[in-house]
Amino acid sequence: MSAGLRTDAAGGISRPERRASVLHAWVTTVDHKKLGILYIAAGLLFFVIGGIEAIVMRAQLAQAANDLLEPQEFNRLFTMHGTTMVFLVGMPIVTGFGNYLIPLMIGARDMAFPRLNAWGFWMFLFGGLVLYMSYFASMGLYGAGTAPDVGWFAYSPLAGKAFSRGNATDYWILGILISGFGSISGAINMLTTTLTMRCPGMTMSRLPLFVWMMLVVSFLMLLALPVLTGAQVMLLFDRFLGAHFFDTQAGGDAVLWQHFFWFFGHPEVYILMIPGFAYASEIIPVFSRKVIFGYSFMVAATLAIGLVAVGVWAHHMFTVGMGQGLNIWFAVITMLVGVPTGIKLFNWIATMYGGRIQLRMPMVFCIAFLGQFLIAGLTGILLSGAPLNWQLSDSYFVVAHFHYVLIGGLVFTVFAACYYWFPKMTGRMLSERIGRWHFWLFFIGFHLTFTTMHVQGILGMPRRIYTYPVERGWEVWNAISSTGAILQGLGVACFFVAVILAFRRPADAGPDPWNAWTLEWSTSSPPPDYNFLNLPEVRSRRPLWDLKHPDDPDWEHE
Amino acid sequence: MSQAPALRVEESPWDRGRVGMACLIFGESTFFCVFVVAYLFYIGKSATGPQPGDVLEFPWLATACLLSSSLSAGLAVSALARAEAVRASLFLAITVCLGSAFIAATAVEWSGLIYGHGLTIGTNLFGTTFYSLVGFHAAHVILGLLMLSLVLALTLGGRVGAEHAERVEMVTWYWHFVDAVWIVVLTTVYVVGV
Repeated sequence: MSAGLRTDAAGGISRPERRASVLHAWVTTVDHKKLGILYIAAGLLFFVIGGIEAIVMRAQLAQAANDLLEPQEFNRLFTMHGTTMVFLVGMPIVTGFGNYLIPLMIGARDMAFPRLNAWGFWMFLFGGLVLYMSYFASMGLYGAGTAPDVGWFAYSPLAGKAFSRGNATDYWILGILISGFGSISGAINMLTTTLTMRCPGMTMSRLPLFVWMMLVVSFLMLLALPVLTGAQVMLLFDRFLGAHFFDTQAGGDAVLWQHFFWFFGHPEVYILMIPGFAYASEIIPVFSRKVIFGYSFMVAATLAIGLVAVGVWAHHMFTVGMGQGLNIWFAVITMLVGVPTGIKLFNWIATMYGGRIQLRMPMVFCIAFLGQFLIAGLTGILLSGAPLNWQLSDSYFVVAHFHYVLIGGLVFTVFAACYYWFPKMTGRMLSERIGRWHFWLFFIGFHLTFTTMHVQGILGMPRRIYTYPVERGWEVWNAISSTGAILQGLGVACFFVAVILAFRRPADAGPDPWNAWTLEWSTSSPPPDYNFLNLPEVRSRRPLWDLKHPDDPDWEHE
Repeated sequence: MSQAPALRVEESPWDRGRVGMACLIFGESTFFCVFVVAYLFYIGKSATGPQPGDVLEFPWLATACLLSSSLSAGLAVSALARAEAVRASLFLAITVCLGSAFIAATAVEWSGLIYGHGLTIGTNLFGTTFYSLVGFHAAHVILGLLMLSLVLALTLGGRVGAEHAERVEMVTWYWHFVDAVWIVVLTTVYVVGV
């Protein structure tokens, strides 16, 4: 098939045939690079859908006593927005970059289990499609076609049969369950690849920080996702077989669901955030023209975050009334997270200190990330204090906090990663000029939307309300938030314009447009199917530096 | 310019099959943990009967079958590694028989519970947690049995030889894991829970 494709210019295959064979090649691929791109592309598609849902919600909240949406529609929107952004945007994009880059960075020719890799991608995609089928196919009591409306955490007993009639909640359970199998298989694959497929000389102490961090992420996925799967199976048993796991009428415990969900849910936050650290740890040194500061401390801090991540889940549940002992435990452990995270932040700043900083698009997004993530961390420490949490829980302050983490932290670094690795994936540069528009629109829009939400929260505006009365003093803040949402939408549109325009230009990026140091830049852009003709040999943490500077190789200094 | 240092190669002590299977077992373990935690959490909280102490009997025979099947599975792999296909087939067949006996014992136990004592998954919290935990374990035993039967059939057909011993060993890793889970389930359900 592919041979036929190459002789096309001379041999005369018709256009539809050629399209069919390209489609066939992508659908049947087991190549980690193609699957990585598929993951990222699918994630970006869901990002647009989830973003539109957010903008519709912001339109509803733009003014007091608005009647654009019914309350039920609003509930569906925030459920689908949250579920989409976590499971169908964050997870696949994170897995996609991991898939694409881990083999290239460790000098391998593919992942450890290529076919399992393809299986994982299609499971994720079908899981996402099952979730969105609910809009068209689930016959609830509200009429044909209802999406789930139980929140992305589907608290019990709301998600039980008695309060969630129809099948909307079942679509939520099954969609996430199926895509969870894909993520678990992806985690197994990334762990195995990193542990067994490294090229000669690529010792664990020379792994790029990206790979180290994805190793911790994969471990957390393997630890946390089966817990969610198990809890969802219990919910399915409750809903279909009449079991009583979360059925309070028969002695079941609704708080048990919260414990299970957040035992998954909090590590999930780190599963999404550590990859952001991973991108920043590769990009900041390259655009500061300096070695990363404190490599071993970065690794240790990542391991520490991974360890602490499994002991903090109930800080999402302070308002449940767990008792003083547990409250103190979870508050203190949560505050401990600030230590390794602070180490990282200081290491990135120390990397930039004294460097020759180049303000290219990846670096610009990373610098914004540093400041925003600092604020996200500080509000996180505020919220970890149980007494303050009682005041602010379920208010817009919490919404502001976690959007600072997931947008200010993750989305900004994902955009940085897109600008940084797009040339490697396609051989084409993304336009810096459109990139600036993208950055400034998105940056200003983000701060307009979410900085103001801190205020709304302190003024007492609860989460998940579909509208609010006039006299509360929330109108102006909400209007600013909604304006910001439009700017963010425009910024993202700029990004897609840049991507489309890039494909109309020649593929002239060359193998190493950023003058970088990790192995993926030693092969052509895009890399050949086999990645490396000869497996690289590694003698330091910056193998490409050694090649470019034989007079002053890194191994003399490590 | 300095002399390049010798290439330091870290050979992984485990190949990708072993690491992959170990990861799968780790993920499966956390899955079972959720059901064990739920079981322990709900001990004695059933609103109605029957209670575990009234209806459960310690499954000596089933436990003996399942635990000894790990031994025969291990013997099958070492026989296969020595290229003794007939011996390997014999031990595989013994393993499949012992595993099937375990499933049969579970079936007898369940039919007694369902028809004799009227305990179903919807009866009370004990039924809910019991059938989920024991049922998921039994489902894993059945999956293991399917894989072992496949290996047995291929060995009998002469398609599996000494060169596949390491891969067959991965199947037995899964089988040992299922055994280990049974020890936890046994302790939870038939010792702690009664």
